[in-house]
Amino acid sequence: MGFKNAPMTTIKPFQAKQTLFNPEVRAEIDKWMAKYPGEWKQSAVMAALRLVQDDNGGYLTEELMDQVAAYLDMPPIAVYEVATFYSMYELKPVGRHKVCVCTNVSCMINGSDRIVEHMQKRLGIRLGETSEDGRITLKEVECLGACGGAPMFQIGKKYYENLTPELIDSILDGLE
Amino acid sequence: MANEVCFRNMDLERPWLMEQYRSRGGYDMLTRILQQKTPPDQIIDEVKASGLRGRGGAGFPTGLKWSFISRNAPGQKYVVCNSDEGEPGTFKDRDILRYNPHQLIEGMIIAGYAIGATVGFNYIRGEFWEPYERFEAALQEAREAGFLGTDLLGSGFDFELHSHLGGGAYVCGEETALLESIEGKKGQPRYKPPFPAHFGLYGRPTIINNTESLASIPVILEQGGAWFKNLGVENSGGAKLFSISGNINNPGVFEIPMGTPFSTLLEMAGGMKDGRRLKAVIPGGSSSPVIPGEQMMELTMDYDAIAKAGSMLGSGAVIVLDDSNCMVKILERMSWFYAEESCGQCTPCREGTGWLYRVVSRIENGQGRPEDLDLLDDMTVKIAGRTICALGDAAAMPVQGMLKHFREEFEYHIEHKKCMVD
Repeated sequence: MGFKNAPMTTIKPFQAKQTLFNPEVRAEIDKWMAKYPGEWKQSAVMAALRLVQDDNGGYLTEELMDQVAAYLDMPPIAVYEVATFYSMYELKPVGRHKVCVCTNVSCMINGSDRIVEHMQKRLGIRLGETSEDGRITLKEVECLGACGGAPMFQIGKKYYENLTPELIDSILDGLE
Repeated sequence: MANEVCFRNMDLERPWLMEQYRSRGGYDMLTRILQQKTPPDQIIDEVKASGLRGRGGAGFPTGLKWSFISRNAPGQKYVVCNSDEGEPGTFKDRDILRYNPHQLIEGMIIAGYAIGATVGFNYIRGEFWEPYERFEAALQEAREAGFLGTDLLGSGFDFELHSHLGGGAYVCGEETALLESIEGKKGQPRYKPPFPAHFGLYGRPTIINNTESLASIPVILEQGGAWFKNLGVENSGGAKLFSISGNINNPGVFEIPMGTPFSTLLEMAGGMKDGRRLKAVIPGGSSSPVIPGEQMMELTMDYDAIAKAGSMLGSGAVIVLDDSNCMVKILERMSWFYAEESCGQCTPCREGTGWLYRVVSRIENGQGRPEDLDLLDDMTVKIAGRTICALGDAAAMPVQGMLKHFREEFEYHIEHKKCMVD
């Protein structure tokens, strides 16, 4: 069979791995690495990027991506490919809270346009922008698989469903 | 009858807990298999007899898929569960993960036993944090009870199961893109053949099934393949989860026998909101061609009936549209989705999805040209079937469906530069 499948390992692995990240983040990445075959450390790249992003206030920098590459013995380009392909990684600073609003069909026909408009007005920003105080980023996302609760959005790890302008006000007021 | 397979514990309080799952006979099937050392072929035959077809959308017979693995081939094999639920309109696997994670775990262990795999991965979309935590807690319980790890219940069979979190990419629901993603790469589908049964995760023989398919396994084996098959109709065995959303009073996930009339499902979902008229239904997720309301009211929810009407049952994601909706606007949003989610690997899809969106969008925004509808028709033919995976087809099919059934709305838009529906 002409098919081959090998991890993209660097030629010269970085030795001083204990100088990267903090011990908690390292321990978490190690937990993910342990799930995969020994030579496939790179399987943990998605988890590592997420952990590092969370630890850095919600976004990734080139330096952090390079550190993830060093930690997993990957060429940096392989890490950039992953970080730029998946929509949950942020490559620019975001607010303390990222509000991901679904505008796909089921949400759209249940009024996601009004939801978006309400938040834009209230926060004085457009989709894709961050409020001046650095508190909230508004992001348009694709179907989050909660169409039964349309319209909906996600803030951090939590879903909020059956949104109304009043409900949104109380949710946004409750954020730090 | 409803709630007999994946949702049969839904009436219990905190149904996601091990003790609740066990109170309905959970893990009994696995225990029996391990103690009696049931021949794996017998399990595969039972799954084949059940008529279970892949619940992720493609509808490929699950038992047949399992039989493609050569069980005695040396080396590691894998069971992978596809919980990357992302087809717009689908939200059923989220409920399995949240409310019945143990049945999925039991199904995956049995699948591993049947094909001779000792490691499984459940790929959960990254946004599903709460379902992921539920699943992780269930894994912990299963491990403590001796259903995961080495030498399960003294049988000599080992099985370990892990979750893998996605990062936000619709295309990872395509099985080989999902495998690439577990391997730490961007999720771009692989050429097939070779199929995952021969060259799957880490290049090893792999079966990959949808969450609902795998969660159905313990009940199928407990009640028998014939029982499951007889719940449904010809070519559509069993019961299925339908995610129904849109302009209805009581959206949600309903487990009903295959072949149930759509009108019954609509009634279960509380009927049309505000008493409006049913205009159209997208019967199997946003990739499936739309069906006009009157026609849909005559159809049953099974593979053959929906296929005969020119669409697909897909993942069982039913989006109900009332007469306040402009079909051009709906299609514009759907086309945007596919343009956003194309992985960029194949030219017809990468370029074509963008073009579909731009042309539909200019019609929606009063810039449409008389030749645009023929242009759209032509583009769909040039995308569908010319790409590595089905995302190109998935982008083309809704366009074809809309133009077939609601062409006059598009023509009106082009001619009058505004909507037929206000």
